[in-house]
Amino acid sequence: MTRPVSALLEEWEPVIGLEVHVQLATKSKAFSPSATTFGEPPNSLTDPLVLGMPGTLPVFNRTALELALRLGVATSSQIRAKSRFARKHYFYPDLPKGYQISQYDEPLCEHGHLDLIVGGVLKRVKLTRIHLEEDAGKNTHVGAVSHVDLNRAGIPLVEVVSEPMITSAEEAAEFMRSLHRLVRWLEISEADMEKGQLRCDANVSVRLRGEDRLGTRTELKNINSFRFVQNAVDHEIARQLRIVDSGGRIERETRLWDADAGQSAPMRSKEEANDYRYFPDPDLPPLVVDAELMGGILRTLPELPGARFERYQKEHGLSPDDARTLVSDRALADYFDAACTAHPGERSGRMIANWMLTELLGALNADGKDIAQSPMPAAMLSALVVLVESGTISGKIGKEIFTESYASGEAPLAIVERRGVQQISDEAALWEVVDRVVKANPKQAEGYASGKDGLFGFFVGAVMKETQGRANPIITSDLLHKRLGR
Amino acid sequence: MSEFWTVAETARRVAAGELTAYRLVENVLTRIRNVDRELGAFLEIDLDGARNAASEIERRRTSGEPLGPLAGVPIALKDNLVTKGVATTAGSKILKGWIPPYDATVVEKLRAAGAILVGKTNLDEFGMGSSTERSSYRKTRNPWDASRVPGGSSGGSAAAVAAGLCAASLGTDTGGSIRQPAAFTGVVGLKPTYGRVSRWGVVAFASSLDQVGPLTRTVADAALVLQAIAGHDPRDATSLNAPVPSYSEGLDRGIAGMTIGLPSEYFNHAIDADVRAAIERTMTALKDKGAKLVEVSLPHAELALPAYYIIAPAEASSNLARYDGIRYGKRAEAQDLLDLYRKTRGAGFGPEVKRRIMLGTYTLRSGYYDAYYKKAQQVRALIKRDFDEAFAKVDVILTPTTPTAAFRFGAKVEPLDMYLADVFTLSCNLAGLPGLSVPCGLTAEGLPVGAQLLGRPLDEATLLRVGAVIEATVGLGERRPGGIT
Amino acid sequence: MPTLTRKEVDEIALLARLHLEPEELERLRTELGTILDYFVTLAVVDTTGVPPMTHAVPMEMVLRADEPQPSLPVDVALRGVAKRDGDLIVVPAIIPGNDP
Repeated sequence: MTRPVSALLEEWEPVIGLEVHVQLATKSKAFSPSATTFGEPPNSLTDPLVLGMPGTLPVFNRTALELALRLGVATSSQIRAKSRFARKHYFYPDLPKGYQISQYDEPLCEHGHLDLIVGGVLKRVKLTRIHLEEDAGKNTHVGAVSHVDLNRAGIPLVEVVSEPMITSAEEAAEFMRSLHRLVRWLEISEADMEKGQLRCDANVSVRLRGEDRLGTRTELKNINSFRFVQNAVDHEIARQLRIVDSGGRIERETRLWDADAGQSAPMRSKEEANDYRYFPDPDLPPLVVDAELMGGILRTLPELPGARFERYQKEHGLSPDDARTLVSDRALADYFDAACTAHPGERSGRMIANWMLTELLGALNADGKDIAQSPMPAAMLSALVVLVESGTISGKIGKEIFTESYASGEAPLAIVERRGVQQISDEAALWEVVDRVVKANPKQAEGYASGKDGLFGFFVGAVMKETQGRANPIITSDLLHKRLGR
Repeated sequence: MSEFWTVAETARRVAAGELTAYRLVENVLTRIRNVDRELGAFLEIDLDGARNAASEIERRRTSGEPLGPLAGVPIALKDNLVTKGVATTAGSKILKGWIPPYDATVVEKLRAAGAILVGKTNLDEFGMGSSTERSSYRKTRNPWDASRVPGGSSGGSAAAVAAGLCAASLGTDTGGSIRQPAAFTGVVGLKPTYGRVSRWGVVAFASSLDQVGPLTRTVADAALVLQAIAGHDPRDATSLNAPVPSYSEGLDRGIAGMTIGLPSEYFNHAIDADVRAAIERTMTALKDKGAKLVEVSLPHAELALPAYYIIAPAEASSNLARYDGIRYGKRAEAQDLLDLYRKTRGAGFGPEVKRRIMLGTYTLRSGYYDAYYKKAQQVRALIKRDFDEAFAKVDVILTPTTPTAAFRFGAKVEPLDMYLADVFTLSCNLAGLPGLSVPCGLTAEGLPVGAQLLGRPLDEATLLRVGAVIEATVGLGERRPGGIT
Repeated sequence: MPTLTRKEVDEIALLARLHLEPEELERLRTELGTILDYFVTLAVVDTTGVPPMTHAVPMEMVLRADEPQPSLPVDVALRGVAKRDGDLIVVPAIIPGNDP
């Protein structure tokens, strides 16, 4: 009879290390010039090199190197000035050469980190390494045979390996999400997990709290969504805890996650695992990263999410929640920055953020669009905000103008002028209306005077009706109070 | 007889219209038909390709369009050079039936130069061997003595040139596979500096050692063919971005004032008496022509063989991992995937290839890598250092190409015995240096002897210059092989 | 070190995916043993501080511009494939649990 997991977790600590493969968004493959387009007919993106034909030789893709370096810099990794490609040997139908070109003991990047926020607390997860390699093709089992499609073979990948210092499934999922956001932010990968552009293997073990040594680990594969990461890791932790609690031993094995069944099953024993016979690839000279190359990378690196998160709060006074929403997506943050830049003032960040997060995102969501497809450019939103801020239109009218501008693409100012809905803020003009309205409704005036506070709204509404909603609400309120005596 | 025209002479006559390319091709094909059944040099003859190339040359010539420097020259290609639309087997059953969809860079270059590519020649399977006995297809004989091997692994290429079946051929050299068969068959064989010639389209044996080079009947011809194939290739990341000089210019400048090194470790080795005598006559001739001969030391020379036989099989075991019959080549019937791999490779590879794959797999295993492969690469650096120090004192190094002349079929049974035949040629590949074998005489039994010249990186021109002197003084002159005619 | 056991030879043959007949295995066992013995000469050489040489002539790094080129038409690409299903390559199934 085993105790519940929550009790076991008081005694035992889960230790998780993640290996994430990210497909780099290059147009051609890592070592051959065939295209990398997703979803093409099978085996239509191959050439003699991809097919592993005799006599073919690899030449590395410059852009792949640049994209990988961006990630190295963004994770504060140490970049190796001279790194090497190595051959990793194993036999599998989706690996045409019988070896994968990867990196072994001289990887491109080491000792970086990824900062996560889990349960409101900052956690820095160290990265052992980031290295370059090529992807394999796709093997699909169909009954007694397998079908091989080599379109994916040779697409450049980076492999990001975390130190075994993640301690919960929640953290693991957050690591994935952070990395996902970062690679999209840096525009180095689309990272669409459904397209297999971001894939994760998890190494999971447990040890008694306070123990230094790591327990035997299992490797979890076939995790292809954030939710699966959390479920699979949770499940594995529970599985291991139940075993150790009843005095058993963890087998060193690879387990495949089955999302439908909600459980994992052993794939093969790690002992039988290949000796990969790594050695430096003699077809490829060392990868040299010099000051000039690094200079270019640093110059073109976008401001990272963390830095923007801070800046939005400090410079624009945004709430942490709003700031976090904006930095969750580079396109959102860029839109916000563009809108702020277009705005003549410097202290309108909060208002712009407000309009973005409520009106704009609301409209986009209803349309099933994302910010990149927004029919309203950032400058136009900015212009609308200016109109409201300056009192030219009321906030309420502003919302109507927004809807029309979003739909038609017409500039807000043009709509305002065409519809003649400028806000009336002229006190004299408004006094005239206020006076007329109060005179026209003596019963309600009396009622208000005798203490029926709710009738104030009646008068506000009447003024708005008279002015087609254009009356400045604050001045109206002020003047009404004066006219009604309280 | 047109069979023994040089490259230079053939190109000249074709350009002048003295005989048409069609005629030339038919002559070549006839000679091949007559001689090759016994000689066994060719695995594949490209009749259509050759005839089409001849047509194209005649079309250009008659319409006044420029002809390439090798226009009309019949050239054979070792069958580990990939040829588009023409079967390429690398001498192995595992590639039976493979028709490549692309051309090797050297093939493209020869075509562009106007050469007529007559066919693919026999080799030890995947280049692994020193006698061509390891071909899975046929036996190639030495045209000087049909009971003897032509050498290997470029035995077919050497025999074809020696027997006048073509004007020149391309071979590959990983541990001596151009130079040794050149020596055994009395032709000129050149292994360029590593990276001088593109390896794109060369079926890989040992990636850090393989190079393509010419086999010709004269030194001047070797210069012409090297000229056509040398140069940087962006498709080969190991190809050198260095300018290609004119190899023919200055060929007959002579060697007065040059210093030639004689490595004591080589000459202290067991060498056949007739071979030693021929080399000594060569030394005398070189001295007479104004060169200074000095002794040099290459202290790590004896380590070349073990270093090579760790590095080459290791790289080979890796390069041959792609042969599984799944995307091309011969695939065995099998019930499951593991069986498919094991049966295809077990049946498709010959015993020497399997031996080297096993050896390479053994030494690359984790735990063994440091003691074997890494150690061998360190020793390699020491061997290179020896050469660097020697070349500070001398311009070229002279050695016999091989310790003996061509041996008989079946003479080398033990693998180590066969490996020892390469002892003089291996260092050159390990150090990445250029090496040239030039005929320098015959043994008492009438078998050719080769003199080997080793040079500084990218100094093929100097090797060819010295080679020209050897050819003019102690070369075979007009003597032709009489073993198979 | 060397003189290989039969077990070792089997393991290497499996790693290399070579099916070998018993006579072949036995022959290789002795041949490889002899060759490996010979390599002992290397072990005694002092190579302290010598960097392993991967290329004789130092190679410059070579990179390729990220410009896609046309791929092979699928029928040319698969011309040498023994077993096809449409444009997919067919191989026997990997039996899970059986390291393929």
